[in-house]
Amino acid sequence: MPAAPLIEFRGVTKRFPGVIANDQVDLRIHAGEVHVLLGENGAGKSTLIGMLSGLQQPDEGDILLEGATVKLTSPKRALRSGIGTVFQHGMLVPTLTVAQNLSLGNPWWRFRREGDIAHRFEALCADFGVRIDPHAITGELSLGEQQQVEIFRALLRGSRVLVLDEATSMLTPQGVEELGALMRELAKRLLAVILITHKLREAFDFGDRISILRHGRKVAELGPEQLRETDEHKLHQLVVRSMFGGAGGAPHIRRADATGERRPVLTVRGLSVDGGGDGRVAEVSFEVAAGEILGIAGIDGNGQKQLAEALAGQRRAAAGEILLDGRPIASLDVGARRRLGLRYVTDDRLGEGTVGAFPVSTNLLLKEIGTAPFWEGGIERPARIREHARALIEEFDVRTPGPDTPIARLSGGNIQKAVLARELFGGARVVIYNKPTYGLDVHNIASARRRLSEAADAGVATILISTDLDEILELSDRIAVMSGGRVVGIIANDGDARTLVGEMMAGEMTGEERAGEAA
Amino acid sequence: MDMILSQSFLTSLVVGLVMAGVPLLLAGLGEQISEKAGVLNIGIEGMMLIGAYAGFLGAWQTGSLWVGFLYGIGGGMAVALLMAVLCVRIGLSQIVIGIGLTLGAEGLTALLHHVQFSRSYPRLPGVETWAVPGLSALPVVGPGLFDRHPMVYLAIALAVILSMLYRKTHLGLTLQAAGDKPAALDGAGVDVLRTRFAAVLCTGALAGLGGAFMSEVGAGLFIPFMTNGAGFIGIVLAMLARGRPLWVLAGAALFGACLSMTTALQVAGINIPTDVIQMLPFAAVMAVLVIFGRRASLPAALGLPYVRGAR
Amino acid sequence: MMVEPAQSSGAGSLGLVTSAAGRAAVRIGLTAVAPVVLALVLSGAVLSQMGTDPLEYYGYVVQRAFMTPSGFQATVTRMAPLLLLGAGLILAFRAGLWNLGLDGQFMLGATAAAALAPPLAQVWPIPLVLAASMVAAMAAAALWSLLPALLKAYHGVNEIITTLMMSFLGLSVSNALVKLAFLDPTTTVPQTRTLAVADRLPPLSGTTVSSGVLIGLVAIVAVHLVMTRTSFGLRLRVVGANPRAAIHVGLRVPLLTVMVFAASAALVGLAGAVEILGVHGNVRADWNPAFGLAVIPLVFLARLNGLATIVYVLFFSALQIGAESAARRLGVPHYFSLVLVANLLIVLALVEHLSQRWRLDTRS
Repeated sequence: MPAAPLIEFRGVTKRFPGVIANDQVDLRIHAGEVHVLLGENGAGKSTLIGMLSGLQQPDEGDILLEGATVKLTSPKRALRSGIGTVFQHGMLVPTLTVAQNLSLGNPWWRFRREGDIAHRFEALCADFGVRIDPHAITGELSLGEQQQVEIFRALLRGSRVLVLDEATSMLTPQGVEELGALMRELAKRLLAVILITHKLREAFDFGDRISILRHGRKVAELGPEQLRETDEHKLHQLVVRSMFGGAGGAPHIRRADATGERRPVLTVRGLSVDGGGDGRVAEVSFEVAAGEILGIAGIDGNGQKQLAEALAGQRRAAAGEILLDGRPIASLDVGARRRLGLRYVTDDRLGEGTVGAFPVSTNLLLKEIGTAPFWEGGIERPARIREHARALIEEFDVRTPGPDTPIARLSGGNIQKAVLARELFGGARVVIYNKPTYGLDVHNIASARRRLSEAADAGVATILISTDLDEILELSDRIAVMSGGRVVGIIANDGDARTLVGEMMAGEMTGEERAGEAA
Repeated sequence: MDMILSQSFLTSLVVGLVMAGVPLLLAGLGEQISEKAGVLNIGIEGMMLIGAYAGFLGAWQTGSLWVGFLYGIGGGMAVALLMAVLCVRIGLSQIVIGIGLTLGAEGLTALLHHVQFSRSYPRLPGVETWAVPGLSALPVVGPGLFDRHPMVYLAIALAVILSMLYRKTHLGLTLQAAGDKPAALDGAGVDVLRTRFAAVLCTGALAGLGGAFMSEVGAGLFIPFMTNGAGFIGIVLAMLARGRPLWVLAGAALFGACLSMTTALQVAGINIPTDVIQMLPFAAVMAVLVIFGRRASLPAALGLPYVRGAR
Repeated sequence: MMVEPAQSSGAGSLGLVTSAAGRAAVRIGLTAVAPVVLALVLSGAVLSQMGTDPLEYYGYVVQRAFMTPSGFQATVTRMAPLLLLGAGLILAFRAGLWNLGLDGQFMLGATAAAALAPPLAQVWPIPLVLAASMVAAMAAAALWSLLPALLKAYHGVNEIITTLMMSFLGLSVSNALVKLAFLDPTTTVPQTRTLAVADRLPPLSGTTVSSGVLIGLVAIVAVHLVMTRTSFGLRLRVVGANPRAAIHVGLRVPLLTVMVFAASAALVGLAGAVEILGVHGNVRADWNPAFGLAVIPLVFLARLNGLATIVYVLFFSALQIGAESAARRLGVPHYFSLVLVANLLIVLALVEHLSQRWRLDTRS
């Protein structure tokens, strides 16, 4: 191990209004290592990366590059210091070609020499055994390919430290494998790789060293020796305890009565949706019974969102049937389906689920605008609206100064509580949850999951879409796996479900093979 | 009706086209730079108007059209500087500020005109032309296009030069990135705000020059509100042409032809209300939008201020 | 707040109520009074550059527009079209739609009213004539907004560009109509036939103020109430504040878009009709008061609040009437009012931005 770390954080603290994102963090990044930063959402990983890539500056403490203090005041500075960052949400211009993207950053008066850079890029690709056409339009490449382009771009710019922010979250299992191989290769060439993730498996598979963040603090660091020598089970427990403070993943509580003979509430037959480029749904069929939780697992972007939107009525289905209590609803709009008891908890709480500038009370009725008793003859009844809001705020434990507070001022967890309140209120029969705990802290994750299973216990037919396999395994009675817009299999959630689902997600079993077992 | 085909009529038509088209061309090329970089520059009408006033003032005071053009550029850039500070740097609404600046420029130039020129209504002497050797001997287009003030040739050359710059240098890439995915440009080490700032200033310079051309070469005097929507037509040209300067050139020629037709027909004594012909370019644009509207894509971040680190 | 029209539609300033009264007063002073004073000072600098004493000018404008009976009546009369334009703009802007085609819609409405009223007045009772002319004006303007509305609703074509284009087109069309179709053969000036003074909108009793101002007041108060107190208004505000949420909650966004455009344009067309039926009696060729560009800043200044718009419209009308008179008396062209409004708009946007930053800073 080289004595001086390539990068060192010394007592770095970063505050935002109301929160301490990073609190006295010490971190040493060595050349030739894949250093995994592990932590859940909100643990302070992104802020750390922001400071490393020059987007943000620490309030206290120092960042040292090869032993000397550096001020990374801009992305440009960070680049010059040899730190290349690959962000979770790509940093390539989708309308330009790969080569054009690679040559971004040159002074504007310079003549374009995309030929040169394309050659160097191709050579580098070949060196790592990857094939990407440098003249392809970037937006048309797969997300994995785009990520590789970003990694190679960082290398072409002479980066010695490569920061990969949630790099695996958008990838297929194969993509993750490929990225892992690439990271190993990079480390072998004495680069420092920093991988940010909240997935344990990746941390163990790829990391030479693991630092665990929790509530903005570094709570543990596992060096290469420890990782090699400690027994895997113990290691696992250790990491989970550090990450979650002892509250490891809750075991799945079997819902004994759910799988019995029950009439399906929601039936989907041969549903196809044109995704318009960003994912489609092809001939999906399934049933959900009252009180049952059907988990839909899969890598992000395999048609889950399109499926949910088509079920909710906000996206047109190209073909297929949707039956609610045996009644076809495919031709009904969002409002009509909602009145029949079909509800949709979107994964995009702020983007589409709420209107941030509007009060909590209005957001709680956003899908009932114009209905009695809150509106009489189209005229608003403020007292009734506020009363309704107070009741739901109480029942769902939404922490807000009051019903008139603009909902954007609430924390993510409380916004999600409000959304859940809206969707579960009044005659919910079928509820579709899309990533219901995404971006929430542990406490709110637990409360959202509890709310979800209580509603199911009360008889709500539940569809739980999630990319978090642990969540699916904890809550679901049956699990469907989506891949490439298709449901490749539906299995009961028992003993070997994790393995089976993993295999299906990885594409090791085809839909046809599965179909027999699922039936 | 023979008049229509007579050479002198056609020539005056081409002259009118050039005179009306050049300001539109300059405005369109200018707006294109801003829009590429993601700034919807509604204030361009005001930049043109200030340019028209300043250009006329400069030419009148010094007796040199070229000094006038420099004044015009400076005037346009002064307004653009305000716009850049308020909208790019501070991130205020581009539409609100754009309308405010246009309104302010209208009022200010009308006031200044009143104070300085309303009693004398000075006029610049006739414009010297520079005949392109050889080409100016051609019938109709010779005197119409190739025997004009050099600024005409410069404006057309500018369209070609910009087209080449966009294609051959990093200019086009940088601007496009600033408009389509500013965060990517920032990540590549180019200051997005500085890029947009410079783009808005360039718009101001070109719009100001276009305005100065209007008052100095086109009219020979300054009249309040004389741009009469030319800046807005520039916005439309830029939106329709998207990234391509030569399309702006073609569009400016189309608009110029329609505007020139109105005067030319009057000269020819044909009694069609000018309004009918003035409609033509706008009707043409609407037709284009109805037919191709679906595909008229604009930069993803157009009109949105860039805040580093915010998504 | 002024970054997007829709964002200002959120529930007011509750933070104000809970915070200390002193701080609230400071904030109101900063955001409401300071910009006006600053804009007056800046514009006053322009005046003194022109050799006019700003205080004398402002004093004269106030005296003329508010203190003299004829001036005040002119001020109130001028408010009528501006209020209707403001109502149309608030409707569109709150729904997040940039209807910038006011001038064309206004002139088409004016032309429709001017074309219809004089001949009808020969045969129909006057109240019916006035009502029919206004309806015709609203219909003409609404029709003119249909193309941009459909393009926006179904193809997502930017409405800024289409409404501007249609505005230029509408100006030309109304001019051509005045010169070709509705020309009064008895005068040498190209204009439509004139509605007799006795047949126009009656003045308010005992004054010269056109009753059009009542129409304007009713319209803007109605729009204000619809936007703030009804389910229809709330739907529009959802579309304006977050179009994706509108789709998510099942609103028919394309239909609402077309309705908003039609209603907004109809109000603008009505403004044209009221101006003709109440004040001018005819449309002269090439007449275009270009109220549109002036009213847009006013509704921004009023933060898309209908009641506040009334105040700003009163202010602007007085400024215009006073400035027109000052042009004759003090030799300052009335264009000065444009400079003042532009200054006010920019200063206010700046102050608002700064106060927001200040609020963010003090909260943390």
